[in-house]
Amino acid sequence: MSRYLVVAEMKDGAFRNVSYEAVAAAKKVDSGAEVTALAVGDSTEGADALLHHGADKVLTVTNDKLRDYTPEAWTQVLMAAIEQEDPDGIVMGHTAIGRDITPKIASRLGSGLVSDVVDIEEDAVFIRPIYSGKAFEKVKVNEGKTFFTIRPNNIPTLEKDTGRSGSVEELQVDIKDLQTVIKDVVKNTTSGVDLSEASIIVAGGRGLKGEENFKILDELAGVLNGAVGASRGACDAEYCDYALQIGQTGKVVTPDLYIAVGISGAIQHVAGMSNSKVIVAINKDPEAEIFQIADYGIVGDLFDIVPKLTEEFKKAVVS
Amino acid sequence: MNIYVIMKRTFDTEEKIQIDNGEVVEDGAEFIINPYDEYAVEEAIVLRDEHGGEVTVVTAGDEEAEKELRTALAMGADKAVLLENEEIEDGDTFTTQALLAAYFKDKEVDVILGGNVAVDGGSGQVGPRLADQLGINHVTSITSIKIENGTASIEKDVEGDQMMLEVQLPVLVTAQQGLNEPRYPSLPGIMKAKKKPLETLDLDDLDLDEDDAEPKTKTVDRFLPPEKQAGKIIEGGTDDQVQELVHLLKTEAKVV
Repeated sequence: MSRYLVVAEMKDGAFRNVSYEAVAAAKKVDSGAEVTALAVGDSTEGADALLHHGADKVLTVTNDKLRDYTPEAWTQVLMAAIEQEDPDGIVMGHTAIGRDITPKIASRLGSGLVSDVVDIEEDAVFIRPIYSGKAFEKVKVNEGKTFFTIRPNNIPTLEKDTGRSGSVEELQVDIKDLQTVIKDVVKNTTSGVDLSEASIIVAGGRGLKGEENFKILDELAGVLNGAVGASRGACDAEYCDYALQIGQTGKVVTPDLYIAVGISGAIQHVAGMSNSKVIVAINKDPEAEIFQIADYGIVGDLFDIVPKLTEEFKKAVVS
Repeated sequence: MNIYVIMKRTFDTEEKIQIDNGEVVEDGAEFIINPYDEYAVEEAIVLRDEHGGEVTVVTAGDEEAEKELRTALAMGADKAVLLENEEIEDGDTFTTQALLAAYFKDKEVDVILGGNVAVDGGSGQVGPRLADQLGINHVTSITSIKIENGTASIEKDVEGDQMMLEVQLPVLVTAQQGLNEPRYPSLPGIMKAKKKPLETLDLDDLDLDEDDAEPKTKTVDRFLPPEKQAGKIIEGGTDDQVQELVHLLKTEAKVV
């Protein structure tokens, strides 16, 4: 029986869904694995939720110094947990924190690290995108711990069972010698739904013609509880912030539904979204490349179509 | 200031990927400096022009990567270093970490810049790995950096939010889009670049045993995703199109 450590992340007082997916991922590598979930934050209330989602045991590290992420504090916490648990494998979400901390831990451990895994096959074969999803590779671990991060929204969580129980223990870590001084955090995300974890994305391109017109996308995304994204063309034209950019440069996303509005479908954009489950394209040019990969397309004026679509979804959501 | 940039030669982002026998076909493909590393090169030049010192660009790769190093020199970097990795078959991020750590172990460093992620491998591991090996601070995904009296004031992108922080030098940072607008090499820049020093180092030069750089992971296969078929174009007047689309998304695609 193998032992796995899952590093769980909290956001706005709740565990991120990708943390539950990480528990499921550990069990997907080895269905008999004993999974210890490590809950890290300035509050770790509700850690039972990790048990409900399949973890066998929970370790909590609760400390005010963990309110804002710093690599130093997290390294101390993760290394203490790894030392205590001596796991065969470590799993974390491929999130801003996951991307930042896991390579540092891999360096400490002298281990490999398989980043951004989207699926796991038998015999611990990890599938991950390369060239931003234009291709995929299958990776195996040669030696050392099986250490990997998972892309949000790809590996299904285990069924939630509030009847599941297990031990919840506090791990004492003396966090010291912090080097990074956090001055401020400014929330920028328009809808509050994070692009990389959103199950619905409404993205705009040059066809939007101006910064002010992005509000019709905000409204559509709002009705669908989705996030707003953009093509490089729209970002270069300063219609929106680069934080919204989806593509080979920018974010790579795999939502259940991707609505491309006024986006032509340049190869560098398509690389960032073509693995979405369902793609809708709205464009006035019937020859636009985006229609080649769209499941559903509407040729027409986006300024006419999008507000009507918002209204129609409002009705659909209510009914 | 001693400013270093770690960079990688990658496929042009406009290239289609072809796979033959589990390997990516490189014949005839256009190569570029990884776009995120290009931001790093630009920022390094800006920092040097403001604070003085020297910019050294470093890459791990084969001799083909000299072209991208020359491009960085033409942009304005002062020196280039190629760490030859051909002796190690199928190297991974651990291999690159080992090569870079061996190169940097006797270097005096103020700032190391790199890209947030390479657009080919896409792991984003090498920056934080190297910082850890050197025992220096790291900040990933930065959109602004100002240096004053040995302190770097940095803005960092956190999934769309901006985090403002300060950290003491030496520091390793990785560039996110929005950091700057990389310059194109000028013609005089390209001429000058030909005469700038480009040093090539192999494992012996780095005093590194092959065993200490052996990959920890192995790629066993590569494949292309199933090609997407063009779907259904919904015809009719706008009201009908919109109703039909919502209906299909609910009943056929079942995503809303």
